[in-house]
Amino acid sequence: MADSPFSFFNGFKLTFQHLSRPRVTSSYPKEKRPKQPRQHGRHVLNRYEDGMEKCIGCELCAGVCPADCIYVRGLDNPPDHPVSPGERYGYVYEINYLRCIHCDMCVEACPTEAITESKMFEFSFTNRADAIYTKAELVVDDNGQPQRLPWEDWREGESDMTSGWMRATAPAGNAEYEGVVQWSGDLGVGIRAGEAGQNGERDDAATGSKQLRDAFSKHLLPEDVPLGRNTMKDRLAKLKDMVPEPLMDRWGPKDKS
Amino acid sequence: MHLVLFAAGDPLYDNGVGWAVLAIVAIKVLVAFGALMGAVTLMIWFERKLISDMQSRIGPQRWGPFGLLQTLADGIKLFFKEDLIPNQADRFVFKLAPYLALIPALLTFAIVPVGGTVTVASHTFLLQVADPPIGILLLLAMSGISVYGVMLAGWSSGSKYPLLSSVRASAQMISYEAALGMTIVTIVLATGSLSTHDIVTAQAHGVWHWNVLRLGLVPFAVFLIAITAELNRPPFDVVEAESELVGGFHTEYSSLRFALFFLAEFMNTITMSAIMVTLFFGGPAGWVPNIPHIRWVFPILWFLGKTVVFAFCYIWFRAALPRMRYDQLMSFGWKRLIPLSLGWMLVVAGFFVNKSWGFAMAALVLVASLALTRSFEIGATREQGPESVLPVVGARPMSAEKLRAVTDGDVESGEEEN
Repeated sequence: MADSPFSFFNGFKLTFQHLSRPRVTSSYPKEKRPKQPRQHGRHVLNRYEDGMEKCIGCELCAGVCPADCIYVRGLDNPPDHPVSPGERYGYVYEINYLRCIHCDMCVEACPTEAITESKMFEFSFTNRADAIYTKAELVVDDNGQPQRLPWEDWREGESDMTSGWMRATAPAGNAEYEGVVQWSGDLGVGIRAGEAGQNGERDDAATGSKQLRDAFSKHLLPEDVPLGRNTMKDRLAKLKDMVPEPLMDRWGPKDKS
Repeated sequence: MHLVLFAAGDPLYDNGVGWAVLAIVAIKVLVAFGALMGAVTLMIWFERKLISDMQSRIGPQRWGPFGLLQTLADGIKLFFKEDLIPNQADRFVFKLAPYLALIPALLTFAIVPVGGTVTVASHTFLLQVADPPIGILLLLAMSGISVYGVMLAGWSSGSKYPLLSSVRASAQMISYEAALGMTIVTIVLATGSLSTHDIVTAQAHGVWHWNVLRLGLVPFAVFLIAITAELNRPPFDVVEAESELVGGFHTEYSSLRFALFFLAEFMNTITMSAIMVTLFFGGPAGWVPNIPHIRWVFPILWFLGKTVVFAFCYIWFRAALPRMRYDQLMSFGWKRLIPLSLGWMLVVAGFFVNKSWGFAMAALVLVASLALTRSFEIGATREQGPESVLPVVGARPMSAEKLRAVTDGDVESGEEEN
């Protein structure tokens, strides 16, 4: 193909074919692509199923933060109405989003899975005071959902799976621990099921990445789409593989190399 | 009776100029101007939309249905931008240059026959702003002037990239103009007239009379390539090569002056599509159904349809072809296009005299092309061989063997070869 004198026109053919192909871009602010399951967005402070806050005011997040954007002060729990199940609770919790780089080190450092990140990263405040999120804004509401501030653009799915599940990677990739729940329950949702990722059975409902894969594969050339996507063509290709080779040499498509 | 005027047969208005004639001319000019401006708006939208489609993007979509008003929004934005003139600029020439680019683009469209004849209140006139006897020469003159627009813009900016760009522009446009002129000569030979109206009427009797088939495909191909280079459109847009020259000749321009260049470029694209249709595809010629009162509409539709096809082609070129290197561009123009158009013109001219002259010319051109090919071969050895005066652009500073000797650590043998 490349050596034929008409290969000059391959570019014309390709660009013309593209006219009828689906678009790979989306009209961004109007519609957004589905977020990756562990997208790093705006933080949330989680609560246990009984409504207690998970934060114990240990300041590990503030210590590990490379951008120095977290300010925490702990206080002893009042004995008559404790805020967290532990000895202490986060009395002051502030994140400065002018500094935060969404590296998720705080999420990794947190011993109680109190701080995690939602998938919402599109928020634009118009003054510096709004950039500093206080505890009142970060703590999830009584339904376990992140609070929605007027300058934040929440879309569907961005407030899902924001709890300790965020950290639920199998430790060191050890398959024995796969699917074993090792995170605490959350207000409103309870204990989330584990994600079955490494054994090849993709749980698309849990990861939310199916739409994304579909959107991209639609644009791929037929030869680029991996086999086993269960289209008619793939089944034919699989059948073709099952045909013994001597038969293939006789009737199969001739290799023109 | 002398009020009935045939603008085609009476270009100098020997019968006197009445108010009706003036009104018709004024209306024609205004309509052509308005239509061209509207067409430019649509062309910019069309290009952006089509390019985005070919690149699997969405393209403009916010302003108006399908983003049709995007150009208008861009124009308004440019209108309110600050108009900067660089300190080092030659102020007068800097201000003049955009108009030198725009006005030829506008004027060229005047000679394009858009439709047949129309009779309004006993006045019959051509759907063409002007039909001067020099006709197609006006195209060459105007494209000659528009070189000045580009060249002076780059020179007067007082900045090095625009200057480089303008040097490229003038060299490129002048060298491709030769091939362009040669193909036009072929057409003029076939028609026997310079007037665009005559060129169109000569092709009006069916597809086989269209110059694209009548003269063989070669003049059309040469014309298409040369006019693309003349327009500085991809793949010949070395003048505006963003990767090499920032923005090219209009790097220093902003605001409305930049908009004028932009306008001129797209206006030229439309005009040249129209010229190509006029010269090779019979202009408004085409099948006309016999419906009374609106018969005159169909030639216009034919013309528009054919022009849109070429506008599409230009955009397709941009999507499909990578930009040519500058030296490749020049050698392609001088070594291939000009000899080809010249040879084809001689053959066509021979066949117009009689068959034996035609075959004699064909034989002559064949011999000449063989000689030319041989001379190019000799020239290539002089360019790359041991006798080369200058190193070839893009060549390695040392030969492959020498390089290998150095990189393989055998430095001494490498030096011995020197």
